[in-house]
Amino acid sequence: MSSRVLVGVKRVIDYAVKIRVKPDRSGVVTDGVKHSMNPFCEIAVEEAVKLREKKLIKEVVVVSCGPQQVMETIRTALAMGADRGIHVEVTGKEYETLGPLQVSKIMAALAKKEEAKLVILGKQAIDDDCNQTGQMTAALLDWPQGTFASEVTIDGDKIKIVREIDGGLETIQINMPAVVTADLRLNTPRYATLPNIMKAKKKKIANVKPADLGVDLTSRIETVSVDDPPQRLAGVKVETVDDLVAKLKEAGNI
Amino acid sequence: MANPLRSEVVQLYKNLLYLGREYPKGADYFRERLRAAFAKNKDVQDPDKIKELIGRGEFVVKEIEALYYLRKYRAMKKRYYENEES
Repeated sequence: MSSRVLVGVKRVIDYAVKIRVKPDRSGVVTDGVKHSMNPFCEIAVEEAVKLREKKLIKEVVVVSCGPQQVMETIRTALAMGADRGIHVEVTGKEYETLGPLQVSKIMAALAKKEEAKLVILGKQAIDDDCNQTGQMTAALLDWPQGTFASEVTIDGDKIKIVREIDGGLETIQINMPAVVTADLRLNTPRYATLPNIMKAKKKKIANVKPADLGVDLTSRIETVSVDDPPQRLAGVKVETVDDLVAKLKEAGNI
Repeated sequence: MANPLRSEVVQLYKNLLYLGREYPKGADYFRERLRAAFAKNKDVQDPDKIKELIGRGEFVVKEIEALYYLRKYRAMKKRYYENEES
């Protein structure tokens, strides 16, 4: 079995950064904020690279949509072991309204163009938490999907996927080509080391425009307002048990 | 002073410096300590001893990578899987 795997990666605000909402509530502050690859996308890249190392697939192609900066994210994926990158250039207004539907259209178009046997994505991004791109890509391609994968085994033209579901695990077997989305426990992503980042500079990254793929990026979603989560209120210290009981009664808890 | 191990030591230093940029206590904190650790052994001449020290440095690289991974994994687990029993 030798074939191609398409992996989608997203550039998001780093998980360790404290998110600040813009004063006009139109979104969050992204200027001058550290960005990195979405952790679930890292897991997806790692899984693809592992499959190639086991010689179950031939080539790992990473895709990212966005402005020039996403090249960095693609490079990180290449440093982790992916073979080649595709940068789908989306800038300005279109990037601001770029959502799961638009990305899944791009992914579907690329999956066909590259004749991919498998599309691996992170289950969700830590910025918008949509958890939709994988499912929509599968629907647009009319391919089977294995979401929330915590174990992936390729056997000929079939894949066995152990899925994380509420209260347990579900094992399914689907035919390839398929779309798989990675859950947290799928694997341990390797670190993109400095020497590997240097080596990755030699790998090719193709530049593609959405129009070349025949994808329309208009979005029907309008962001009404972005708000901070409610602040946790300060607690009260009580001196005695009686005080505590009185306070609880006051609050209507007993 | 063309020590054949020189490039290996420099490479190790560069790798560690790169890793230190994300260190939880800050890149400066890490760099100071890194410099001190390398400076302490700058007079070591014995090739076997140098190799041993490089080995130790590579071990530290592995440890830091593991630390970063764990930190990220825990943050994700806390954010998205909080209500699960572990």
